[in-house]
Amino acid sequence: MAGAILAALTAYVLLGGADFGGGVWDLLAFGPRKRQQRALIAEAIGPIWEANHVWLIIVVVLLFTCFPSVFARLAITLHIPLALMLIGIVLRGSAFSFRSHYGPGHGEETGPGARTSAHWGRVFASASVGTPVLLGICAGAVAAGALRAPGASGSGGFVATFVAPWLTPFGLSVGLLTLVLFAFLAAVYLTVEARDPALREDFRRRALVAAGVVFLVAFGALGLSLREVPPVGRGLTTGPGAVALHVSTGAAALAAIAALWWRRFRLARLAAAAQVTLIVWGWALAQYPYLVPPDLTIRDAAAPRITLVLILWALVAGGLVLFPSLVYLLRVFKREHAGP
Amino acid sequence: MSDLLAARSQMAMSLGFHIIFAMVGIGMPLLMVMAERRWQRTGDRVYLELAHRWGKGTAILFAVGAVSGTVLSFELGLLWPTFMEHAGPIIGMPFSLEGFAFFTEAVFLGVYLYGWERISRRAHLAAGWAVAVSGMLSALFVVIANAWMNAPTGFRWVDGRAVDIDPIAAMMTAAAPTQVVHMILAAYASTGLVVAGIHAGGLLRQPRNGFHRRALAVALLVGAPAAVLQPLVGDQSARFVARSQPVKLAALEAHFPTQRGAPLHIGGWPDEAAGETRWAIEIPYGLSLLAFEDPHAEVKGLLDFPRGDWPPVAIVHLAFQVMVALGSFMALVSLVALWQMWRRRDLTRHRWLLRALVLTAPMGFICTEAGWVVTEVGRQPWIIQGVMRTAQAVTPMPGLVVPFLVFTALYVGLGLVVAWLLYQQVARSPKVAEEDAA
Repeated sequence: MAGAILAALTAYVLLGGADFGGGVWDLLAFGPRKRQQRALIAEAIGPIWEANHVWLIIVVVLLFTCFPSVFARLAITLHIPLALMLIGIVLRGSAFSFRSHYGPGHGEETGPGARTSAHWGRVFASASVGTPVLLGICAGAVAAGALRAPGASGSGGFVATFVAPWLTPFGLSVGLLTLVLFAFLAAVYLTVEARDPALREDFRRRALVAAGVVFLVAFGALGLSLREVPPVGRGLTTGPGAVALHVSTGAAALAAIAALWWRRFRLARLAAAAQVTLIVWGWALAQYPYLVPPDLTIRDAAAPRITLVLILWALVAGGLVLFPSLVYLLRVFKREHAGP
Repeated sequence: MSDLLAARSQMAMSLGFHIIFAMVGIGMPLLMVMAERRWQRTGDRVYLELAHRWGKGTAILFAVGAVSGTVLSFELGLLWPTFMEHAGPIIGMPFSLEGFAFFTEAVFLGVYLYGWERISRRAHLAAGWAVAVSGMLSALFVVIANAWMNAPTGFRWVDGRAVDIDPIAAMMTAAAPTQVVHMILAAYASTGLVVAGIHAGGLLRQPRNGFHRRALAVALLVGAPAAVLQPLVGDQSARFVARSQPVKLAALEAHFPTQRGAPLHIGGWPDEAAGETRWAIEIPYGLSLLAFEDPHAEVKGLLDFPRGDWPPVAIVHLAFQVMVALGSFMALVSLVALWQMWRRRDLTRHRWLLRALVLTAPMGFICTEAGWVVTEVGRQPWIIQGVMRTAQAVTPMPGLVVPFLVFTALYVGLGLVVAWLLYQQVARSPKVAEEDAA
């Protein structure tokens, strides 16, 4: 079941993350093709972003059904960043929907409609930047083993229990890493989506820049982990399979950059997805078997066997409905892109 | 404001907000599919236009429904972590299934709204049906979870923990059938009648507008039958509550003394301190008859239960009266409308009926909110009836008034924007003269 949660989280990162990343590029859009860039992003995200939401909901539901004490612990100690993340999700989703209502193709390129549309566009983009950072902060807090049972450590105080565990340099670095990773993913996906060669070049450049920033931030985060939260740092560098994982992550990263350089965009997309997946799995592996270090392991926190078995069946049945539907959706909307 | 009250208020506000959009997400797809079917069968392009326009409005409302639903799944944990810690393994199944139903609905709604030009007519209509069915299933699963809170089953509670958990038995809680049907009908009645009311208003101003006339017909076909059936199902629901949650029944009826041949209270103000209800119109034997089909049956009164187990009686009673009053009016108007349609009368000539439909338009949603107040506030002080109190379930984090105010402000802002966008959408309805519609 923990594996299933990891899979769902990975799916959320790969698909929903790209949606967020798209928002980042929307915010940062510049240059002569600014409006076309935004239009491409809107078109790529349009039909599928709401479906991508569901991965996050699956993670939440699986957590509270199968590992309820973990869910409770996270919900209590990470209340503030989770609530902020929620606000970001709400604003993002609504802003995107409102903007589409006014957006290009609705005959309102100038005048009050366009201004409103631009306003919602900024809301959408800002929320797209804030939310991944908060997501990463939460992940960082979990990894750092900072989330103890409230009241367990005797003294407490509001800040110590509800703020300090997540508002750390390490946490912020993971937040930043998440943001840059999402932006990188989005840029790579958009090179495949773009039909106009000039737009494709725009996003290729952005993807390469993002890849570089990812390297920097990732090493920064790793360094901080070794300094501030040694168990995580050690887990990342010397835990079981760590070396193999780092090598493959690095290989995927290099493959992605190379593919971008030589304009093999579909390959770049595959490599980028692999790289991000390996990073997420690397995190999971680093803290195995703990779901919430230092005290909640997979085995301890698990719900009764009957629940786990039934949920597994529900996942299988749901998957049988879900995956064909998703494939159908992608086929209906991505049919036209037969580029290199 | 105490933390518990802030938490309860935030949850109530989030649920109250979400349910409006969720109901639309259940009802509108059915309306769109019916309009599309008519177009495919008759070739009348106005119906196609109708399906398109309804789709546009649905898209926005669905998006807001989706994000507010995401918020709720988090708030279950953020506000009630102790509840989730214990109930999660028991009642997590229907939430998971609801997740899949929602996903399916989102996928096929994407296909439906954006795929008009890309897939065959049959595929498109099938996608529409997929949206309607999965929306209904979503409602089914979520309401099962709530029904379990009212009539918990599928576990034993030993030393403050649940043991011998059986998630399947939990899902088959006896409260589910009546609650599920009541909610699904509410979605169709509310959505159908609000759309009917909007287009009835259009017809009052432009009696020759064929667009509004067709829209009204489709909307009434969905909303009116549901509104007529609803009081019957509601009655079944109340009968179940009389047996399984007698305190809740006593509160919603503002019934204080246990008695045989209990009267029904219409209106009236319950005075908790004095233990009596004043200024009510009493119908002799009414309550015993309705609740137990026996005019001399014994109905338990609030005074028979410890005060600590009483819900806030005035709120519950008032909400119940509002729901029944408006629901009855909706059913009545629907009956008249259906009768006129059966007799093939031209509704555009019956201005009084059109006015009544305009009046009825918001009532479904008011009824639904009132009904949820009855069932949720009526279950207090329990979060799991007879097992866990709400006060035991709340998060230990202090200062909950802050997120309550923040989220309320967020939702109020969102609500205003949505209302504005929808108003603009309706204001741009096409003027279709009857002669053009061929």
